[in-house]
Amino acid sequence: MTTIVTDNCKSCRFTDCVAVCPVECFHYDDEMLYIDPDVCIDCSACIPECPVQAIYEEDDLPEDKQEWIAINAERSKELPVISEPMDPLPGAEERKKELGF
Amino acid sequence: MSPEFTESEPLRVAVVGSGPSGFYATEALLKSDLPAAVDMYERLPTPYGLVRSGVAPDHPKLKQAIEVYARIAESPAFRFFGNVNIGEDLSVEELKQAYHAVIFTSGAQTDRRLGIPGEDLPGSHTATEFVGWYNGHPDFRDREFDLSCETAVIIGQGNVAADVSRILAKTADELKHTDIAEHALEVLAQSKVREIWVVGRRGPAQAKFTSKELKEFGDLADCVPVIDPAELELGESSRAELEDKQNAGGRKIFELFQSFTQSPAAGKSRRIHFTFRKSPVELLGGTKLEAARLEHNRLSGEPFRQVAEGTGEFMRLDCGILFRSIGYRGVPVPGVPFDDKRGVIPNAEGRVVDGGSPVPQLYVAGWIKRGPTGIIGTNRADSVATVQSLLGDATALKSLGQRSGAEETSRLLHERGIRYVSFSDWAKIDHSEIEKGKPKGKPREKYTRTQEMLGLLD
Repeated sequence: MTTIVTDNCKSCRFTDCVAVCPVECFHYDDEMLYIDPDVCIDCSACIPECPVQAIYEEDDLPEDKQEWIAINAERSKELPVISEPMDPLPGAEERKKELGF
Repeated sequence: MSPEFTESEPLRVAVVGSGPSGFYATEALLKSDLPAAVDMYERLPTPYGLVRSGVAPDHPKLKQAIEVYARIAESPAFRFFGNVNIGEDLSVEELKQAYHAVIFTSGAQTDRRLGIPGEDLPGSHTATEFVGWYNGHPDFRDREFDLSCETAVIIGQGNVAADVSRILAKTADELKHTDIAEHALEVLAQSKVREIWVVGRRGPAQAKFTSKELKEFGDLADCVPVIDPAELELGESSRAELEDKQNAGGRKIFELFQSFTQSPAAGKSRRIHFTFRKSPVELLGGTKLEAARLEHNRLSGEPFRQVAEGTGEFMRLDCGILFRSIGYRGVPVPGVPFDDKRGVIPNAEGRVVDGGSPVPQLYVAGWIKRGPTGIIGTNRADSVATVQSLLGDATALKSLGQRSGAEETSRLLHERGIRYVSFSDWAKIDHSEIEKGKPKGKPREKYTRTQEMLGLLD
């Protein structure tokens, strides 16, 4: 079991999740965040924080988002840790509206 | 230009309490741009607060948060003083003399009371006592829980209620390879409890469980979750709550409750019943608990603001043991203001206040600051915010002059014959617990008495 960031994070990257992560398991690139499954302790604190519901427990991951398990595992290993929240990406609020939140 | 803190004369801070909030405050101080040194004081010889003595033994992955705290503790600017009770072994005034600032992160150590007749009958307990007991907390080592009865009742529907009911629902085989305290495993192995009732004041749309906890009830070796379908009928406001797009969590929980109404396969000897819209009004019994008298509630109000009101209809639930799990309160620290109504230290953005005006040098973070809400990670953001307030006061704190920190307090502790436990002492206790667990296939066997722990050290 782990916790997974999915494509709703793309172009938003709100990082509210990062503030409540007890173990610094989030990594980032220019588009979005990724969770390192070897560091995450499955506390689920981040899930309700995401304004666009991009984060899932593995058990609840929809069929069409299964690829994100491997993407999180791979990308998190290559990218820097994010330990403090950052400003959302430009256009994040518009993207949030587009997604219906 | 005011003088500044330097490597040789750093900002000296005492952190009182060694749970998540204490470690996150320490981390934020040590990561800041100011040269800072942190000494952490803890009442027990062991660090980590509720991660050690609150998180359930069958949730080992959550306890890995400890690895983060152990890394923070490696900093040369950090010292640990276990087995030191602030307010007793050292006064707050003495800490203020020895440090520039003191951050209280002592948590919410006691339960809220139901405030109903019969609450103190033998057989009526707090969730805190039971959790502390099965987790080997020295304060609760000698509590006794009579599990010779058929029915147990848990009042409350949050994550602690989930832990208590799951531990009662599990077989000894499901627990024996966890770090559960040996004395608790022995008693639980003999448990005759077969019916577990989990009682919520409001409805199934307002239960505070997480879906992950709830799912665990579906996967138990010898226990099935049960809900009467009539319990899941919803009023208009509750339906609106579940339809709200932001409330994905609430929908998931409700779906799980629905799945529990499908009476599952027989062959399991224990049942856990979820029941809603009921409040205990009296605990009944002569010399010990025999039953809880519950009042039915109705919900009223706007979505997400519904309150439960008694309907004047009552029911009797026979039970031999009851645990109340309706929230926690902090306990006052001598010499520090306390908001008795809320059970917290009054503060503005983490600065302790007394009658509205800030008390210099004193700060607060975590549950003792904001009340018992949120989980481990929630405290990180909270501690960071308090440390930001503290760093904003750096000029005023610096003007207090040089502080000698642990040089002063360790002298006082020696004078008073207090054997404080350093972080390397704790490493010995830790190592010994892990070794003691090995032959039993447990991650550790905890020491549950302070004297036992101190005995390992000298």
